[in-house]
Amino acid sequence: MLEIRDLHKHLGGKHVLRGVNLTVPTGEALVIIGGSGCGKSVLLKHILGLFKPDSGQVLVDGEDTVPLPERELFRVRKRFGMLFQGGALFDSMTVADNVSFALDEHSKLPASEKLAIVQKKLAVVGLKGVEKVYPADLSGGMKKRVALARAIAADPDFLLYDEPTTGLDPIMSDVINELIVKLKTTLNVTTIVVTHDMASARKIADKMAMLHEGTIRIHATPDELYASDDDVVKRFINGLASVEQMKEVWGEEAEKRMAK
Amino acid sequence: MTSAIPGVTALINIFRTAGGVFLLALETLRAAVGRWPRRRVLVDQFYLIGYRSTPVVLTTGLFTGMVLAVQSFNQFRRVNITSMVGAVVGVSMVKELGPVLSGLMLAGRVGAAITAEIGTMHVTEQVDALRALATNPVRWLVLPRVLAAVLMTPILTLMADVVGIAGGTFICVGFLKVEWHFHYINMLDWLRVWDVSVGCAKSSVFGLLIALTSAYKGLNTEPGAAGVGKAATEAVVTSCILILISDFFLSVFFNAIKPEWAN
Repeated sequence: MLEIRDLHKHLGGKHVLRGVNLTVPTGEALVIIGGSGCGKSVLLKHILGLFKPDSGQVLVDGEDTVPLPERELFRVRKRFGMLFQGGALFDSMTVADNVSFALDEHSKLPASEKLAIVQKKLAVVGLKGVEKVYPADLSGGMKKRVALARAIAADPDFLLYDEPTTGLDPIMSDVINELIVKLKTTLNVTTIVVTHDMASARKIADKMAMLHEGTIRIHATPDELYASDDDVVKRFINGLASVEQMKEVWGEEAEKRMAK
Repeated sequence: MTSAIPGVTALINIFRTAGGVFLLALETLRAAVGRWPRRRVLVDQFYLIGYRSTPVVLTTGLFTGMVLAVQSFNQFRRVNITSMVGAVVGVSMVKELGPVLSGLMLAGRVGAAITAEIGTMHVTEQVDALRALATNPVRWLVLPRVLAAVLMTPILTLMADVVGIAGGTFICVGFLKVEWHFHYINMLDWLRVWDVSVGCAKSSVFGLLIALTSAYKGLNTEPGAAGVGKAATEAVVTSCILILISDFFLSVFFNAIKPEWAN
């Protein structure tokens, strides 16, 4: 189980996280939604210990990881897989080397066994025959899938996804969504997805949480979230700008535009 | 307020960089005590930093030795001791020009490459990906580059010394008609094993400074292509300045501990 308790973080003089509280039971898929720049990715990086909070706790199966030094955090991170927004594949390595990175670093498996695992993980994400290709020669969708194969190579207990469908066409986005659902159900991993793609969120989520102005505005099932009366939540779901945002764009004409 | 005073800002930045480089050095040392990087990663860096720098360092050494011979010859001819030109070229190359000029050339070639590569990895979240995969970026990225720079810089410097001396000899004996025998004897008479060792020790320190400064700048790159460019420029400039400053203090230090037999 993952628990986040009263997490605070200042970045560049801005109070990005203002007391975030979340609980994700084992095996659940939580989708965190929220506007661009609201701190979703920052929150995700706190879970993995890539950022240290100003205050608060991140509990991984009851163990608070915040006070742990970097060396101790490596032990915790071995239980996690993370898909970064741009894939973050290592440019200088082939697809096979990328996928087997964690195995090469943390296991003493023979090369043949590692190659078999690489091929198996690539097959899970629907790729074949790309082992010797370099990331620069892959399309956006393929990069994400290779990154996903790398994230699951060491059979993690927790999978974190940072904007998994950003920059992909709608069909490839759906492929990635299906992969996330497949991995969650077949591997029974606890999943946290950060996104502002509502179609993706709806498809993946057991629970959804909306991060707004540094706090969790709502934490509910997708049906409850869609039925919410909260104006901020409703506007986000329907993709509607606020009065203030409309005024920034249209000035005096904003109210006329909104009336339409 | 301080941004209005460029000198103060620059001074603060120098201290900040120096502190950061020092902390990175400690972290690299700690990483070196633990598990070492994979052999392939090390071999790659030795190849990139050492072998690939050979042409630029050899060219620098050769032309420095030759120009030194031409200039010294003109001065020494006035007092009729042109046979000493070889000794001047040899001692200057081995003690100062070889290490410092090779260091400066490597700061440009290797320093910029290290910063650009690590900086790009930083802004594309590859460094975060390393940490997410429970791997220490210092062990994976910094340690191999530091090891390669520390060990390959003196070897490259020795090569620069050799071609510089050979170039100087070629000019003296071949074109300026200095007597080969006296040229050779004087050079051997003045060159000391101690001087060669000091040159190598200095260039190892220069290699360390280049690798650490460049890695530090890479790991602290600001986002975007402009950030990478800025970091690479800063890495080269800072490395060059550190080489020149440390050269002075190292020279003073080695002179102070110079043993009797080296005189």
